[in-house]
Amino acid sequence: MPQTFAQKILAVKSGRSSVQTGQIVTVKPDHLLMHDNTAAIIQKIEDELKSCGVSDPDFPIVVLDHISPACSEKTAANHQKIRSFVQTHRLNNFFDVGEGICHQVLPERGIARPGRLILGSDSHTCTYGAVGAFSTGIDRTEAAALLLTGETWLKVPETIRIDLTGSLVRPASAKDLVLQIIGDMGADGANYLALEFHGDIENLTMDERFTIANLGVEMGAKIAVFPMDHTTQTFFNSMHINARDFEPVWADRDAVYKKVFKYDLSKIQPVAALPHRVDNVKPVADLPDIKIDQCFIGTCANGRLSDLREAARILKGRKVSSGVRLLVLPASRTILIEAVKEGLINILLESGAVILPPGCGPCLGAHQGVLAPGEICLSTSNRNFRGRMGCRDAEIYLASPAVTAASAITGNITCPEKGDL
Amino acid sequence: MTIWQFGDHVNTDMLFPGKYTYTCSTAEEIIPHLLEDLDPEFAQKAKPGDILLAGKNFGCGSSREQPVLGLKALDISLVVESASRIFYRAAINQGLLLIECPEAVRAYRKGDDVKIQPAKGQIQINKTIFGFPKFPPEICAIHKAGGLLNYTRQIIKNR
Repeated sequence: MPQTFAQKILAVKSGRSSVQTGQIVTVKPDHLLMHDNTAAIIQKIEDELKSCGVSDPDFPIVVLDHISPACSEKTAANHQKIRSFVQTHRLNNFFDVGEGICHQVLPERGIARPGRLILGSDSHTCTYGAVGAFSTGIDRTEAAALLLTGETWLKVPETIRIDLTGSLVRPASAKDLVLQIIGDMGADGANYLALEFHGDIENLTMDERFTIANLGVEMGAKIAVFPMDHTTQTFFNSMHINARDFEPVWADRDAVYKKVFKYDLSKIQPVAALPHRVDNVKPVADLPDIKIDQCFIGTCANGRLSDLREAARILKGRKVSSGVRLLVLPASRTILIEAVKEGLINILLESGAVILPPGCGPCLGAHQGVLAPGEICLSTSNRNFRGRMGCRDAEIYLASPAVTAASAITGNITCPEKGDL
Repeated sequence: MTIWQFGDHVNTDMLFPGKYTYTCSTAEEIIPHLLEDLDPEFAQKAKPGDILLAGKNFGCGSSREQPVLGLKALDISLVVESASRIFYRAAINQGLLLIECPEAVRAYRKGDDVKIQPAKGQIQINKTIFGFPKFPPEICAIHKAGGLLNYTRQIIKNR
């Protein structure tokens, strides 16, 4: 019986020859991801950690990124507690303040690999579907249990197949494609389901795949996964990880899908998600004049090198509109170093941008760019829920780096003009 | 007993604002901020035994278990048209009663009498009974242990 990606990988990870959709299987994930919430996670199992320890020191990955650097005594004490935990249990995969956002760090350090099963106490753990991993979010309590036992249960999801044809035409980007898909399917269009991307995948760069997989959870998807191809192999080769270091899995040709959607990439236009829902998607060209107070380019959705290049290309020799704050946040130290080398950071600073340290920044509303009542923010992030950036009476629009950079110049939500590209 | 009624796509930022996620982790710290940006009166007025009714995709968004911990500590039961995946899993792991029963949610009118009988797999609204599927054995075992942590402690003990 032909099987989907989810069926095949969950069969492997549960030690079975095949599994059915809806079946509940016990699995041993390859890794568990935790971030600043590690402090709250280990607090639940202090006694057990003392008596049993962590199931395997290579299993947990800890990245300090959400409140980074700490913004208060309490968050500093959390970080301190986490560092002590990492040291006591001799964990081998710890990334301290400044290394970057977990969802960039894991692929960049070769931890997220094709065919791996990764569970993380963060909803955007689905990002690693871009490299052909089965990765999904769980809650803190489950992370605590996994630290002790190294295993859990998963239900085998049904799958939606999305067939992509053609190529994106700038200024349209991967962000516009995935927002369009979310707008069409709805915020729960893929709830409990796996998404598989098929078709002209070779026309999408690694960074574009990360953006698309990252937003899978915004339509409820358990995973959003791409097949491994030449682009994936090149990405891992650059880290000296070669084909014998992982075991890619992909769907059988005749696998059974719940639904199939088709997208012609050449027809994708720049879009924005309007407050306060990610599926409230409209073409940027159809929007009325919307004056913005803050632009934010960064996050695990769009803080990668290609995103910064796009922003710098548009902002080069131009100035951010007076009355607009442009915050730019490279997703990792590695990206920041590259962006400095390429001169991108200089271009952005000269345009008037504020550069934030690699991490989650203002995306979750705790620090580094919280909004005031009545303010409007245009962000390249993945969530525009009411209150998300720290203020219930502010509004967040989501768009691509190109649209956000162009809008920082005009002060309104606008598409880049042909001359900008 | 109060029935709290909300619409579709109630997300984790409405249930518990992100700005508190790294400063509040115990039920005592969480409860004052529960549903703060959705219904500012909820945290003060909600009582044990209350029922929360909501529409589709309840709990969408972050992997944020604080609202689940808070609702469980307040002993509130949830009946929704559908729940988002991570929230649903978090409810199982805390032993919070979260039932997906769209028919019951749609049938409810303000002032109706609501009774939940989990063992029978039934929700009664006035005199009409709505069934919901029983949980699979793997999930019942976690519920029975009083949540995933207790369940895990049992596993460790029996090793």
